[in-house]
Amino acid sequence: MKIDRRSFLGLGLGAAAGVAVSPATWKLMDDSSIWTQNWSWTPVPRDGEVTFDNTVCSLCPGNCGLSVRKIDGRPVKIEGRADYPVNTGGVCLHGVSGLQYLYDPSRIKTPLKRTGDTFEAISWDDALELVATKLAEIKDAGKADRIACVTNHGVGTIPGLFGRFVKALGSNNVYAMDTMDKTWEKTLEKMHGVHGTLGFDLENSDFVLSFGTGLIEGWGSPVSNFKANSSRKERGATLVQVEPRLSNTAANADTWIAAKPNTEADLALGMANVIISNNLYNTGYYVSGFGPGFDELTAMLKENYSPEAVAQTTGIKAAVIVDLAKRFVKAGAPVAIAGKGKGATPGSMREFAAVHLLNCLAGNINTKGGAWILSPQDYDQWPAVEMDDAASEAIEKPAMDPAGSVAGFFAKAGADKSVEALLISDANPCFALADAQAVTKAVQDIPFVVSFSSFMDETTQLADVVLPSHTFLERTEDLPSGAGMARRVTGLAKPVIDPVFNTKNPGDAILAIAKAMEGTVGDSFPWESYEECLEAVTGDLWSDLSDQGYAAVQETPPATRPSVDFTFVAQNPAPIAAEGTEADFALILVPLDNVRIAAGSIASSPFAVKTVADTVLLGKDVLVEMNPETAKANKLSQGDLAVIETPRGKATVKVNLFEGIMPGVVAMVKGLGHAMDENRYVNGKGVNINELMGPVMDADSGLDAVWGIRAKISKA
Amino acid sequence: MFWGSMSNCIINILIDGVFMSELEEKTENGSVGAVEEGASGEQKAGGDSGVGYGVLFFIGAFVVCFLSGWLLFPNLLYSKKEQPFNFNHALHVEEMGGCDSCHFFREDGSFSGMPKTASCLECHEELLGETEDEAIFVAEYVEKEKEVPWLIYSEQPDCVFFSHAAHVVKAGMDCRSCHGDIGESTTTKTYEENRITGYSRDIWGKSIWGIKKNSWDRMKMDDCAECHQEETGSKGACFQCHK
Repeated sequence: MKIDRRSFLGLGLGAAAGVAVSPATWKLMDDSSIWTQNWSWTPVPRDGEVTFDNTVCSLCPGNCGLSVRKIDGRPVKIEGRADYPVNTGGVCLHGVSGLQYLYDPSRIKTPLKRTGDTFEAISWDDALELVATKLAEIKDAGKADRIACVTNHGVGTIPGLFGRFVKALGSNNVYAMDTMDKTWEKTLEKMHGVHGTLGFDLENSDFVLSFGTGLIEGWGSPVSNFKANSSRKERGATLVQVEPRLSNTAANADTWIAAKPNTEADLALGMANVIISNNLYNTGYYVSGFGPGFDELTAMLKENYSPEAVAQTTGIKAAVIVDLAKRFVKAGAPVAIAGKGKGATPGSMREFAAVHLLNCLAGNINTKGGAWILSPQDYDQWPAVEMDDAASEAIEKPAMDPAGSVAGFFAKAGADKSVEALLISDANPCFALADAQAVTKAVQDIPFVVSFSSFMDETTQLADVVLPSHTFLERTEDLPSGAGMARRVTGLAKPVIDPVFNTKNPGDAILAIAKAMEGTVGDSFPWESYEECLEAVTGDLWSDLSDQGYAAVQETPPATRPSVDFTFVAQNPAPIAAEGTEADFALILVPLDNVRIAAGSIASSPFAVKTVADTVLLGKDVLVEMNPETAKANKLSQGDLAVIETPRGKATVKVNLFEGIMPGVVAMVKGLGHAMDENRYVNGKGVNINELMGPVMDADSGLDAVWGIRAKISKA
Repeated sequence: MFWGSMSNCIINILIDGVFMSELEEKTENGSVGAVEEGASGEQKAGGDSGVGYGVLFFIGAFVVCFLSGWLLFPNLLYSKKEQPFNFNHALHVEEMGGCDSCHFFREDGSFSGMPKTASCLECHEELLGETEDEAIFVAEYVEKEKEVPWLIYSEQPDCVFFSHAAHVVKAGMDCRSCHGDIGESTTTKTYEENRITGYSRDIWGKSIWGIKKNSWDRMKMDDCAECHQEETGSKGACFQCHK
C-alpha cells in the first residue's frame, strides 16, 4: 500500500467535485464579478439631500452670482445664479470649475514660518503673534512708512481693512493689482474732473466700437459681456473690433479692422477729426457740456490726424476711417471701449482718452447704451483711524509711488530696497506684473513679507510668514462691481462649505494682528470679527446684502452730465513706445489673453488647463503666433522650436503659423509658465510672458502702460 | 443536464486514471518472461490497493469540500457587524405612524433614506426611556451632533440607480414588498457584510443558494427583473438602473 499520484488525483478531483456541488464556486463567481465593478478605492460620492447655496465669485473682477449645488452639505457643482443682475444664470469655465480650487494641490493647509529655505508649520496664535511683534518693532523703530500692503482688488472691505491697517501703522503704501479701471479713473479725472469709474452699457448699445478689448475673451465682467454680445444679432447691434490680430472677438465682430499694434489711439483721434470737421458731433451735448480745450483739440486734430495721416500710421485706408467715424457717430446708441484683452492691466491713458473722446463727441455720456460715469464705490463707511504720535508722524511721508501704481511701487522697492515689511493679500505680483524677475528680486529684498494667500504661488513662496486664506467658496466678502460694468451691483460672497484646511478669512487675520498690536492700532479695529466689521461698515447696504446676496445700487444711467475738458487730448500726448530698438529687435511681441487661461493672481484650474487648445499650449511648450511671412523671414515653420528674445529676457517656444496676425507681430498668451511645484496642472507649463516684458510707465497716468515689446526670434 | 454531464465526466476521468494505471503496469512488466506471470499477478494486486486509495481520497476530499462549501464557506464569506446600538422599529412605528414618518420623500421627490440625527431631536433631545441603547444614542450622537453610522441592510452599490419615488409614489408599491417586515422588528439584527463585495448579505439573501420564499428575501438584479417582467412585461433596459 502506498500513496501515489493516483491518490493525489483522487484528492484533487474529489475536492473539485465537492466544491462544484456546493454553492461556493457560483457565489464566488458572482461576488468577484461584482467586486470588479465596485473597486474599493473608487471614490463614491456621498448621497443625501440636494440643496443650493448662493454666493458670489471673486476669481476675476466680474463678480458673477453663483448657485452652488450641494449634496448632503457637500458642494458638488457650481452654476450661475439665475436671478443675479450681473450674469443672470451664466457662468464661465473658471467659475464652473471653482470647486477644484478648494482641493487644489498647492493649497496652504496651515500657517507657515520660513526657516532657511523651507517652511515650518506653526499655530495661528504663534503666526499672528510673530507678525504683530515684527510690525510693532518696525513701527517703534520709526520706519512705519516703510510698511506696505498689496491686495488683489482695490475695493471692498477686505482690501479696506488692509489699507486701514497699514494707515493705522503710519504708512501710505497701499496698493492693489492695477487693471483698466485705474486708467479709466485717471482718464475721468483728466477729462471730466470727477473722481469715479467708467461703465459701459453694452447690452443696450447698438454700435460697440472696441479698441482691442476681448469682449468674448474675458474682458471686464466676462459673463455679462458674453450675454450682451450674444444678444447682438437679435438687438440689431453692431460690433466693430480694432485689433492687430484676428482674436475670437475680432472673428465674431461684424467688422474687423486690423490696425497696427499700438495705433488704436491714432485711429480714435483720426475718427474724432472726421466727426468734428464734418460737424457730426452731438451738438446738444456740445452746447451744454463741452468745456475747455475744444478749439485747441479741433486744431490739433486737423493738423495731425487727417484721415490720410492716420491711414499712414494705422495701416487702415482713409476711406475706411471716414466711414467708420460716420457710422459710429450716426448710430442710435454708440459706445467706444478700450482696455486690451481682459482689461486686467492698466493701459495707456492717451489711448483711453482718445477712445473716450469718441464717447464724448457722440454725446453718449450717461445715456442708455452709452458710457456711464459712476461715482466711486464708497458704500463702506469707516470710523476714523486712530493714530499715536509715531503713526501720525510717519503718515506725513508720501507713498513710495505717488500715482498709487503697484508696478511703480515694486520698481521703487527694487531700486532703493527701503521697504521693511510687505503684506500681500490674494495677489501674486511676482507672476502677474511685467518684468516678473525684477518684482521677484524686489520682494526677495524685503526683510519681512507676509502672504495672506490660499495657494503656494510665486509670491507666497518668498514670504517669511504665510497666513493661509479661505478660498472664495469658504469666505464671506463684499464684492463691489467695476470692470467696465455700467450697472452697479455689490455682491456678498458667503461660505458654501466649512474651511477645508486650517485657514482664516484674511479680514479676520488682519483684525487679530491689529488686536495683538494693541495701542491705537488695536483701537482702530473695534470689531470682534470680520463679519461684524462688514455689517458695521456696509451700513445701509447690509440688509440687502444679507437678505438677497447682493445690493443693486444703480441700474439706470446717472442723471448728471459732466462737462468735458479736452485739454489733455488737445495736448496730443505721445504714444507709449515699445521697449527695444528696431535695429536689434525686428519684431513686436504682443501679449494676448485667452479666455481659458487665468492670467491674474490665480492660476488656472486643472479643468481650465485641459481645455486649452494645442495651438496655444502643447505639452509643456507654449506656442507663439506669427504670420507665415514672419516665419519665412525668420526661417521658421509650423511646430519649430524657437528662441524668442526681448530686451528683458528670452525663452524657448514653439511656432504656430496664423494668417490672422499681421506680419512683423508675434503674439504669446498670458497666464502660462507658473513655477508652483505642488500644482502639477500648471507648474512649468509654457512661459510667463511677464518674464519677457518690462513695465513701461505712462508719464500721464503714472501707471504701467506696456502693450508689447520689441523681439527677435530664431530657430532653437 | 449540466450537473449530469459534469458527474459523468468526473467518473470517466476516474476510470481512465485507474485503467491507465493498469496499462502502464502491463507495459512496465512486458519485458518480463511469461514464466513470471504469477509474480506479475501479485504486483497487480498491489496496484489495486493504490486504486482504493485514489477512491478513498476522492471521497474524503469530496465530502470535506462539499460540507465546507455548504457550511463553512457562508460563515467565512460574511463578516458579522453589530449596529451602533439597537433600534426598535416596532415601537417607533407605533409612536410615529407609518414608515414615511422617518423615511420620507423630500420636496424635490428624492427619498431621504436614513433619518438624520437632527430629525430625531424633536423627541430625543434628552434621554427618552431608560434603555442602554437610548443612552448611547443621546450621549454619542445627539450630544455630539454626529450622524449614526447605521449599517444599511438594503444598501445597493453606487453603480445601481434606484428611485424610491418611481416605485412607491408612481407604482404604489408598499415598503414591505422589498424591505419585508422590518417595521415590526424590535431589535436590529447582526449586519453581515460580504468580505469580497462589501455588500450586505440581505442583497444576495440569507439562503446561500439564493433561494427565496418572499419577494423581500433577495434584492439582486434578477429580482428586480422578475418583478419588472411581471408588472411591465419587460425586464427593463440596462440603462434604467446602470446609468
